[in-house]
Amino acid sequence: MRMTISKVNFFYGSKQTLFNINLGIAVNKVTALIGPSGCGKSTLLRTLNRMYETVRNARLEGEILLDGQNILAQDVTSLRRRVGMVFQRPNPFPKSIFDNVAYGLRINGSKVPLAEAVEKSLRHAALWDEVKDHLHKSAYELSGGQQQRLCIARALAVEPEVLLLDEPCSALDPISTAKIEELLVQLKDLCTIVTVTHNMQQAARISDFTAFLLIGQLIEFSPTPQLFTTPGDPRTEAYITGRFG
Amino acid sequence: MSSNLRWRKFVSGFMLTMTGVCALVAVSVLFFILGYLVFHGGTSISWNFFTKLPAPVGEGGGGMANAIVGSAKLLLLASLIGVPVGFFGAIYLAEFGGGATTFVVRYAADLLNGVPSIVIGIFAYGLVVLPFKHFSTLAGGFALGLMMIPVTLRSTEEFLRGVPRALREAAMALGASKWKTVATVIVPAAYRGILTAVLLAFARVAGETAPLLFTAFGNRFWSPGWDQPTSSLPVMIFTYAIAPYEDWHRQAWAAGLVLLGLILVINIVARAILARGIAVPRS
Repeated sequence: MRMTISKVNFFYGSKQTLFNINLGIAVNKVTALIGPSGCGKSTLLRTLNRMYETVRNARLEGEILLDGQNILAQDVTSLRRRVGMVFQRPNPFPKSIFDNVAYGLRINGSKVPLAEAVEKSLRHAALWDEVKDHLHKSAYELSGGQQQRLCIARALAVEPEVLLLDEPCSALDPISTAKIEELLVQLKDLCTIVTVTHNMQQAARISDFTAFLLIGQLIEFSPTPQLFTTPGDPRTEAYITGRFG
Repeated sequence: MSSNLRWRKFVSGFMLTMTGVCALVAVSVLFFILGYLVFHGGTSISWNFFTKLPAPVGEGGGGMANAIVGSAKLLLLASLIGVPVGFFGAIYLAEFGGGATTFVVRYAADLLNGVPSIVIGIFAYGLVVLPFKHFSTLAGGFALGLMMIPVTLRSTEEFLRGVPRALREAAMALGASKWKTVATVIVPAAYRGILTAVLLAFARVAGETAPLLFTAFGNRFWSPGWDQPTSSLPVMIFTYAIAPYEDWHRQAWAAGLVLLGLILVINIVARAILARGIAVPRS
């Protein structure tokens, strides 16, 4: 297990949004979090790099371990270097393509040669061939799908152990989505991946394990083929067969 | 064509014309002022105007070199006070503040913005002129600097707040601390807006006369130092325009033209030099 979530309860103010979640994130696998809107899947994802702390009045109870160490007791900036994140909409910085990828290395005072690291990350994100001749152009000149791969490259540049993706394809067209899905499957050799998606087919295509959440509760967590073919809970079955959600 | 459609077409055309006319009026005022200044003051502008001291009454020629330099010194001082205070204050309000403090600071800034410039002048007079026992460039710069603070602060704050939350999250998810996020992502993203805000504040105080009347005062000669009274373009315009001499009136027009021209040049140069980088597209 790369990460272990145990007995996690989560609150926004007095409103509880996660109830007693227990979940293990396997090393170098893709874990998908699925469930209808508002089920808490994004909230759960944001506990893993403590991004929830940017929201006022958010509170977490329980324990989350990364390589056996409690992340709540760690320095948050070094935690986020180890647990990278890609967001729903592509959000490149208003900088050049190169500077976007180099950003994480620069702010962390990394000593590695920048040009090499940037090329490596862009190659991992399957973007290098498309951008290698205009690294110093604005990131906004790229298409939406390219921007999202740039954001993946930016996250990969600091060599995280875990990569979190919050519905990374929801703002993209089918072709860009297919590219990103393919990329995620390749990336699991490099790091452990946790992705949130409201698209069940996507979870079925790319993930090794799937967790199904419903109104803040973890209903079922099993290997993906098992969850989609022989779900153990009637609510999971109802959701994956499209009876609600 | 039905009468209904004809009526709608008429209303559409009428409203379009109205908006166009208003837009035209808005820009033509500037060109009208510019034309008026050129017409009345253009003939008095010569090399001497920029290099010579004012001539005594009755003697033709002379220039306003001391007023131009004086205005430059005053504006430099004002920017040294107004820009950093406004800028860092805005960063506090937009990024670190919250609750009652933010409300009070923002409200106070809005009030300060509404304080008549003559009152700012009296304040600077009491605080800087009286203790030193004479008028000075410092006092004038101080008064103008105070006036720059609220404009810079409030508009910079707005531009910082306008930076999408997604960019903050992206930086923080990469392990950037709050300060690093502000310094390396948010300020660069809001940079052009902030520059516009600063230039607006600058242009606004560049033409201020009232707060200078009893701080920087005025001077017919070169100001001997920062702690001495100095001439400035707005005060020269005021003095010359109310004087009973035809020649001085022309010079006042010319000074107005020079003042406007200088602000324009500074604006263009500042944008050319400083406004680099990539703008965040509007979503």
